[in-house]
Amino acid sequence: MEKIKSLADLKKMQETLRAKIDLREKSNNPDSRIQVKVAMATCGIASGAKEVMEVFIDEFTKRNIDAVVTQTGCMGYCYAEPTVEITKPGNEPITFGYVDVKKAIRIIDKYVLNNELVDGIIPVNYETIENK
Amino acid sequence: MAKIKYHMLVCGGTGCQASKSEEILKNFQDLINTKGLENEVQVIKTGCFGFCEKGPIVKMMPDNTFYTQVKPEDCAEILEEHIIKGRRVHRLLYQDPETGEYKSDSKHMGFYKKQIRIALRNCGFINPENIDEYIARDGYQALGKVLTELTPEGTIEILKKSGLRGRGGGGFPTGLKWEITRAVKADQKYVVCNADEGDPGAFMDRSVLEGDPHTVLEAMAINGYCTGADKGVIYIRAEYPLAVERLKIAMKQARESGLLGKDILGTGFNFDIEIRYGAGAFVCGEETALIHSMEGLRGEPTVKPPFPSESGFLGKPTNVNNVETYANIPAIILKGADWYASIGTEKSKGTKVFALAGKINNVGLIEVPMGITLREIIFEIGGGIKNDRKFKAVQTGGPSGGMLTEKDLDTPIDYDNLIAAGSMMGSGGMIVMDEDDCMVAMAKFYLEFTVEESCGKCSPCRIGNKRLFEMLEKVTQGHAVMEDLDKLRNLSHVIKDTSLCGLGQTSPNPVLSSMANFYHEYLEHVGDKKCRAGSCKSLMQYIIIPENCIGCTLCARNCPVDAISGERKQVHLIDQEKCIKCGACMEKCKFNAIFIK
Amino acid sequence: MEMVKLTIDGKPVEVEKDTTILKAAKTIGIDIPTLCYFQLKDMNIENRPGGCRICVVEVVGRRNLAPACSTNVAKDMVINTHSIRVLNARRTVLELILSDHPAECLTCAKSGSCELQTMAQQLGVRELPYQGEQSTYRKDTSPAIIRDVDKCIMCRRCEMMCNDVQTVGALSAVNRGFMAVVAPAFEMNLEKSPCTYCGQCVSVCPTGALTEVDHSRNVINSLADPTKTVVVQTAPAVRAALGEEFGLAPGTLVTGKMVAALRRLGFNYVFDTDFAADLTIMEEGSELLDRLTRYLKGDQNVKLPILTSCCPGWVNFFEHNFPDLMDVPSTAKSPQQMFGPIAKEYFGKKLGIDRKNMIVVSIMPCLAKKYECQRDEFKVNGDPDVNFSLSTRELAQLIKLANIDFNSLPDEDFDNPLGESTGAGVIFANTGGVIEAACRTAYELYTGKKLEKVEFNELRGLESIRHATLDFNGLPIKIGIAHGLGNARKLLEDVRAGKSQFHAIEIMACPGGCIGGGGQPFHHGDSEIIKKRAAAIYREDVGKPIRKSHENPFIIELYKEFLGKPLSEKSHHLLHTHYFDKSQGTFVEE
Repeated sequence: MEKIKSLADLKKMQETLRAKIDLREKSNNPDSRIQVKVAMATCGIASGAKEVMEVFIDEFTKRNIDAVVTQTGCMGYCYAEPTVEITKPGNEPITFGYVDVKKAIRIIDKYVLNNELVDGIIPVNYETIENK
Repeated sequence: MAKIKYHMLVCGGTGCQASKSEEILKNFQDLINTKGLENEVQVIKTGCFGFCEKGPIVKMMPDNTFYTQVKPEDCAEILEEHIIKGRRVHRLLYQDPETGEYKSDSKHMGFYKKQIRIALRNCGFINPENIDEYIARDGYQALGKVLTELTPEGTIEILKKSGLRGRGGGGFPTGLKWEITRAVKADQKYVVCNADEGDPGAFMDRSVLEGDPHTVLEAMAINGYCTGADKGVIYIRAEYPLAVERLKIAMKQARESGLLGKDILGTGFNFDIEIRYGAGAFVCGEETALIHSMEGLRGEPTVKPPFPSESGFLGKPTNVNNVETYANIPAIILKGADWYASIGTEKSKGTKVFALAGKINNVGLIEVPMGITLREIIFEIGGGIKNDRKFKAVQTGGPSGGMLTEKDLDTPIDYDNLIAAGSMMGSGGMIVMDEDDCMVAMAKFYLEFTVEESCGKCSPCRIGNKRLFEMLEKVTQGHAVMEDLDKLRNLSHVIKDTSLCGLGQTSPNPVLSSMANFYHEYLEHVGDKKCRAGSCKSLMQYIIIPENCIGCTLCARNCPVDAISGERKQVHLIDQEKCIKCGACMEKCKFNAIFIK
Repeated sequence: MEMVKLTIDGKPVEVEKDTTILKAAKTIGIDIPTLCYFQLKDMNIENRPGGCRICVVEVVGRRNLAPACSTNVAKDMVINTHSIRVLNARRTVLELILSDHPAECLTCAKSGSCELQTMAQQLGVRELPYQGEQSTYRKDTSPAIIRDVDKCIMCRRCEMMCNDVQTVGALSAVNRGFMAVVAPAFEMNLEKSPCTYCGQCVSVCPTGALTEVDHSRNVINSLADPTKTVVVQTAPAVRAALGEEFGLAPGTLVTGKMVAALRRLGFNYVFDTDFAADLTIMEEGSELLDRLTRYLKGDQNVKLPILTSCCPGWVNFFEHNFPDLMDVPSTAKSPQQMFGPIAKEYFGKKLGIDRKNMIVVSIMPCLAKKYECQRDEFKVNGDPDVNFSLSTRELAQLIKLANIDFNSLPDEDFDNPLGESTGAGVIFANTGGVIEAACRTAYELYTGKKLEKVEFNELRGLESIRHATLDFNGLPIKIGIAHGLGNARKLLEDVRAGKSQFHAIEIMACPGGCIGGGGQPFHHGDSEIIKKRAAAIYREDVGKPIRKSHENPFIIELYKEFLGKPLSEKSHHLLHTHYFDKSQGTFVEE
């Protein structure tokens, strides 16, 4: 282990280390962050949900976006898989269908960053799982 | 490379370890390896979550799912369902005892709702055996700030302004204590961490040390800087092996990182810490006894003054603080005195950790703001009384404290209110009693503890407590006379008035407070030879109801002491002199012919 | 010195800062009762654990009562020493102590001089309202000391003596709570512990928890046996203290009455250990001169300093703690053990009495002497040179038993030849006395000159460690003196480290020397008593016609008739001994 020689060193070190527990830190207070839920049941995985989830995670890290990506079970829109539900703080959750890698990036560019809606929104006619 | 998507926090506290959390950890790790998920899922062993009632706890991040009472054989299902399929394992979720609802997220559990975690901020969140996780959570920044931006006086000023008081029981203002030690001139000073948690049922210090050892090390270093000490000693009971191990790991890592030792953070400040073991004597929580024990002498208190701040460990000025007190300090330094002082009541600031135990649904460790009411703690956080029984009393302050009753439920809890109510804060043990608990027996239970734990140095504590215990025994056995109650009271007052240290000065409190609140129960025991809670065996009588007895002889044949007589087909009779109240007759009787009076 | 003004029982008092309430009260005639508190003033011995809580007083404004013995006064304090609250608490505390104390006063060895008994009387305890289980322990009998710690009240005085003063470390508090008691480590027998039998624990014990092994019954039996010739020797310190047991003022010399009483008890010959002390000086003094002369001649094999060896507690101490230095002390036996063989092998043979039919009894201020006379090396075919050793207290008991009105006895003289002694023999009783006696003789033998002034005042006093340089005709002789084993340890550590600058060192195990011995009448912490005994001893010395050992005519005759000369072969055989390493099996300090 290398010695930490000054407070500046310590702060630098913390910056690097913070990423490691970022996942926990964020989920500790999920309501204040953007939450992305990728449906990852059999149907979702079969349609490429796994890749989609990775894209979200990678892009958020790359762009330093404060968001939590989790997986959920089947949301019941198997026809539109992969589906992704995004909750921005203070907004109602919006569910996007037919999300592939490209669309995932578009969702980030448009909805996450600029609040512009993207096509393929599935009308919400259910309570979110969490509130059930 | 795939990115870690899941953190699985598995409680590695002593309680959960006892229910095989180590095996759970291993199972998870093995399963993850077999399935090749090493790069996506990380398993982390953390400190105590506090919700020990339902341990072992596994918390899934980032979705905050809180699994309770997990068994090693549940691991496969959790991994398969939760991680791979993204479905929660419903049956392992916490079920609200009142509504029967399953709560997935700890945020929505009554147990956690009213808690504010300062001392426990990292417990159940980070891996205590990894300094990186502590550093990632602002670890050692408070020390850095103190060393580079603040003077010792300035730091002490922050503590004084924060209103932090000693969490070990006495409630002495921490900043003032540091200031006194700082003012003494000496070639060598020491700071000590009192980790000799001795209250029956209390385990907050253990949990902090197990879950977040670095915070104690950091705060001790800050203490050293402020008081002018370059040596710290942690006095910990040898019965806390896990805490000791985690402390040792933490100390090694801190030394390797240069956060303990010479020239810390390049500031020229030197500070190192060693561990001394106690044998788990309650009295060694008393500062002077603790210091004697650290010196290898008999763990006995001495008359104060001199106070440890003048002459303590090895005769040098010594500042002793308790684990929980220390755990608050880095947070206060980083977030400021005003922030801390904004929590709590006028004279008691911040939060307090309590160990909830007894007849309560959610046994566990909680951290709540000062000023919260007992009602909130017992009925909201604690989930109410077990088996829907009626609340009777709650003992705070351990064996030194007193019993609080219905009338105190809405009193905001702080140091002064608890004393005014006839109890005390103590180190934070909180034992809830219901209508099945006999208050005389409870007082006797605490006295039995004190008798065991008295060091024997001063006569009132050594002999007086023994006599108190014997008198209480007389009461519970129905042998006492009214005069004994007066003796009980007088002796209690004399022991309090004349004992050498805090142990004896407070040991009669359970007697006095139970007499104050439940004198009728004492009278019933003495006068009517009756225990309303039905817990004093000697006062019970097994009686045969003649109308129901058909003379089957089953009871007589099962009585281990031949106390039951009667011919076949005749009504039987229990000889009360012989009866040992084992209850075998009642259990065997098929005709409900035996009852307890 | 900063002064503090306060009020005690309504009376204003002004005392120095850092004075305890107890001492402050004493200055205005208020005597707060104490039990565990113990002090030997001017001797640096104090015990104040604040444990018994008998001395509690009310300090107005303080939440609980304060122990007067260990609470310092503060400015404007208002103290009540006998308010209702205090009286009730004090009596209750005593009732508690008594509730865990065997009510055996009628048969207890300590009855009459028991401080707990006195306290019960003083506080007017007439019943025991709190009764229950009593803590009981195994009784432990060693060759000199009996531990009956059922009677221990945890005052910790013995522990303080054994550890802080004597640094022996045989006794300390063990167990917890109700079963807490003072005992050797692991509650082993005292005999297996590093105990030196110095008896200081016994002399400070307020109750009958620590007492001496009583040999008076053996002595009574011997006296009643017509086939036995019973010879008694009395140590120098006894005559300066025995009177206290009969109500005489401390410091009263009762030499003549003591002799008369012993004769009335039926002893065939009443001799004086002082005679043997003179003999010790001849041997030990010659050994000193021998070593010194060889040392000055450059003999590398000679060890200096020479240490005195007449104190058996001290011998036990270095056998336990300094086995590596066993060649440093003089090989001369103690006076008690020199007396034995002279009585049996010289005097007895002269009278034609077989040693088996002679019983030698010693009266000693000491408990270690009981052990010393039982040592195997001091026996011939199982017959001890000294059969029984009684303490001063046991002698008093014996005198009372024989219906002797001590105070009205006439003064009588010792028998001859072993009853004649010099002033040098007498002062053995005081710290510094042995070395002073040795110097009186050594000076004259070394210089060949007559010593004009026999008193070496520079060697006297009660300071714990003293040193003086004597002028032996131009040769500076450096003397060190220590009393109390803790002080001895300091000098011994220097010897061990090769740093000691002394030629000779005198050591006495007991504070004050034999006059403060473990077998003396109880002083109850009054150091004035010890001082008065010391003064009496010096008076006795002054009153002696002969004050130098080598001038004792019977000593001269003994050498002429029997021993030849000091350090002769016969002397070596009868008057010298060797030491044993006892460090094994006991606990030695690192």
